[in-house]
Amino acid sequence: MFKKIYFQSIFFSFFFINEAFAAESGGMPQLNPEFWVSQIFWLTLTFGIMYLVLSKLILPKISNNLESRKSQILENIEAAEKQRVDSDAKLKEYDEIISKSKLEANSIFNQAREKAIKDINAKREVLDKQIDQEIAEAEKEIDTLRKNAPNKINKIAIETSSELLQKLIGAEVNNSSISAIVEDLSKRNGDKYYGN
Amino acid sequence: MAANPMSQFDVYRIGPEIKVGALDISFTNASLFMILSTISILLIFNIGSKKNSILPNKIQLLAELSYTFVSKMISDTAGSKAKPYFAFIFSLFMFVLFCNMFGMIPYTFTVTSHIIVTFMLAAFIFIGVTVIGFIKHGFGYLKLFVPSGVPAVLLPLIVVIEIISYLSRPISLSVRLFANMMAGHTMMKVFGGFVISLGIVGGWLPLSFSVALTGLEILVAFLQAYVFAILTCIYLNDALNLHH
Repeated sequence: MFKKIYFQSIFFSFFFINEAFAAESGGMPQLNPEFWVSQIFWLTLTFGIMYLVLSKLILPKISNNLESRKSQILENIEAAEKQRVDSDAKLKEYDEIISKSKLEANSIFNQAREKAIKDINAKREVLDKQIDQEIAEAEKEIDTLRKNAPNKINKIAIETSSELLQKLIGAEVNNSSISAIVEDLSKRNGDKYYGN
Repeated sequence: MAANPMSQFDVYRIGPEIKVGALDISFTNASLFMILSTISILLIFNIGSKKNSILPNKIQLLAELSYTFVSKMISDTAGSKAKPYFAFIFSLFMFVLFCNMFGMIPYTFTVTSHIIVTFMLAAFIFIGVTVIGFIKHGFGYLKLFVPSGVPAVLLPLIVVIEIISYLSRPISLSVRLFANMMAGHTMMKVFGGFVISLGIVGGWLPLSFSVALTGLEILVAFLQAYVFAILTCIYLNDALNLHH
């Protein structure tokens, strides 16, 4: 719609112009050749000077600026790329060191553990031997004690019973007959008291 | 002055009359705005190219964006062979653009609204392109008028049409710019006149049109400069890379 109005008003304006020029003389100022030569002269002069200054002085500078910026940016990008590669390599190195030291730490730990286990085992063996020896000695002692025990008991029994008889009867009793009786008893009941 | 919408296109002498032989080359308001445009362009691009910082400031950015804009336009339409003509097309684009834009300031004079100015530019381009074509291709440049793949019966007609269209290039190029600028500025003047004549009651509608037209005219000012430059590139492309 706006376009339509635009063109209609252009038409209208030309209509208006014609009317206006009907009143005045001359018509369109553009078609008045009075200043054509002047306009051509000044156009050539100004445009020529502008062209010369632009093409010789200003445009090469601008293109230079653009080029130098482009190359600078490219350089920067290259440098950044280089640094990225460098940092990647450094990162790899660092990773390697870390994993290496981890392995080392692991092996040290393992060695220490093995050593500790060995030590413990050796000590335990020594202790075991000592304990065994002591146990054997104790057993021996017990054995001897046990072996001697019936004889002692018999002796005590004989002495006790002889004294007892002496007190009860008031007469001396033959030790040997008592010991025979005790031995007989202990043989009969020995299993009951010292049963192995 | 205010009543006539065409009076804004009047050329008048500033200062004394200067004559070289029979030719009148007096300094006029047209000359003034040509010089103003030229000085603005040179100033902006001189400041914009002075410092070479990696992070450009505003004016440098403007200059570099214009540079890449025009250089991309040329390489897109005319290819890499057009590199030597970059400075000319850049100057042409900037000159037309600044003249158009200066015209958008109230009470200024629009240099490009004069047919003689645009015609001189177009004629220079036309002659230059033709000379370049003949230098590059010799008489082979005439093959431009003989499109390939056309039946022999139609050939005489086509060649005549091609020659006429080639010869009308400077006229179409210059009239396009001149007519656009003149029509736009006249329209703005007419609507401005309506605002005054309809007064406080009815003047609001043409005023809003005037505001909208100002935006449109700024667009047209840029667009016509771009079209002028890109058509030059296309003509140059015909001369550099003969396709027919």
